[in-house]
Amino acid sequence: MSLLDYTLRIADSSLISAQRLSEWCSKGPTLEEDIAISNISLDLFGQANGFLEYVSELDGNKTVDDFAFKRNEREFFNFKITEQPNGHFGDTIVKLFLTSAFNFLFYTKLSGSKNEKLSALAAKSLKEVKYHLKHSRSWMVRLGDGTEESNKKIQESLNSLWQFTGEFFEMDKVDTEISKSGLGVNNLSIKEDWNKIINTTLSESKLIRPKDGYMQTGSKRGIHTEHLGHLLSEMQYLPRAYPDAKW
Amino acid sequence: MLNGNTDKIWELLNTVPDPEIPVISVVELGVIRNIEFINDSYLISITPTYSGCPAVKTFQDDIKTCLTNNGVDNFELKLIYSPAWTTDWMTEKTKEKLLKYGISPPSKTVICPQCKSTSTTTISDFGSTACKSFHSCNDCLEPFEHFKCI
Repeated sequence: MSLLDYTLRIADSSLISAQRLSEWCSKGPTLEEDIAISNISLDLFGQANGFLEYVSELDGNKTVDDFAFKRNEREFFNFKITEQPNGHFGDTIVKLFLTSAFNFLFYTKLSGSKNEKLSALAAKSLKEVKYHLKHSRSWMVRLGDGTEESNKKIQESLNSLWQFTGEFFEMDKVDTEISKSGLGVNNLSIKEDWNKIINTTLSESKLIRPKDGYMQTGSKRGIHTEHLGHLLSEMQYLPRAYPDAKW
Repeated sequence: MLNGNTDKIWELLNTVPDPEIPVISVVELGVIRNIEFINDSYLISITPTYSGCPAVKTFQDDIKTCLTNNGVDNFELKLIYSPAWTTDWMTEKTKEKLLKYGISPPSKTVICPQCKSTSTTTISDFGSTACKSFHSCNDCLEPFEHFKCI
């Protein structure tokens, strides 16, 4: 069961990030950015689909759609940062940057998993995530080292989202078991590299790294912020209102 | 067609255009990874370019249509993820086709498909499809798309 739980967490973080980012479609600050964020969202939906296919195979009963559309908040295990509202463009960029830096390092390690399915999906995702990191990183620098106002705004975004970064490096029973057996990643082992990416980027962006204060936790146990429920109510509306509807 | 001639299937699939870039076929794109003849049926392994590429479903349907119209009904499509698709699988001939069509082919140096200049500016790492980035030429000033290397 832990392999299923482990894979589901990866799938959920991709799915919820994708759904959240898709809200930018047709509302981007420029046409190029609208297209960029929508494409990133699409990559993440694709990654979520790949991991959910494997979850469904491990489960042997429920389909990919059952997992995406027929679970409630407490049955989702995505990082809390992924469900946070988009806010303004700077908020979205900070969220994307912090998570893409983690995803990049996580998939780099996971592509060496002893589990063939996980390693294949990770290698595939890694190619895409590299672009997500490059893109969000370049915006961090442009906004941080931009005008006085853009610097102030993105610093505020960083300060308020920082509390959600602790979850990236939490290890519970499932993580420990899976990483010990060589199937998954010991998240603590990528913390140093994550810090390096963050610190280099922040110094180039003329931004100050927030101090670790109270760190949010709970998503591994299905505990979420209020925002997830609202996101799910929109994402799951159609299959809930019209069960078994066909496209 | 039950004789197990996989070359013929490759030939037929080479007539199925990429839904987004119709100037190249799904074979030239490199998404058809393998064709085997097992138990009187063709097993066609396909890999997506990008995880979320919406064209995957379309070209699966196009492949089914092409084969069925050519009297082949004993086949099965299988989606595989490993090895992950890479632009390295594109031949030089395919890259030439892209360039002629107006898309800068995957390469370390981005070339303007209009005037062939190598002096270009990246506008965005994301273009009209997941597989392309957006650029403009510093010489002829035309905007164009580039097939990203992955």
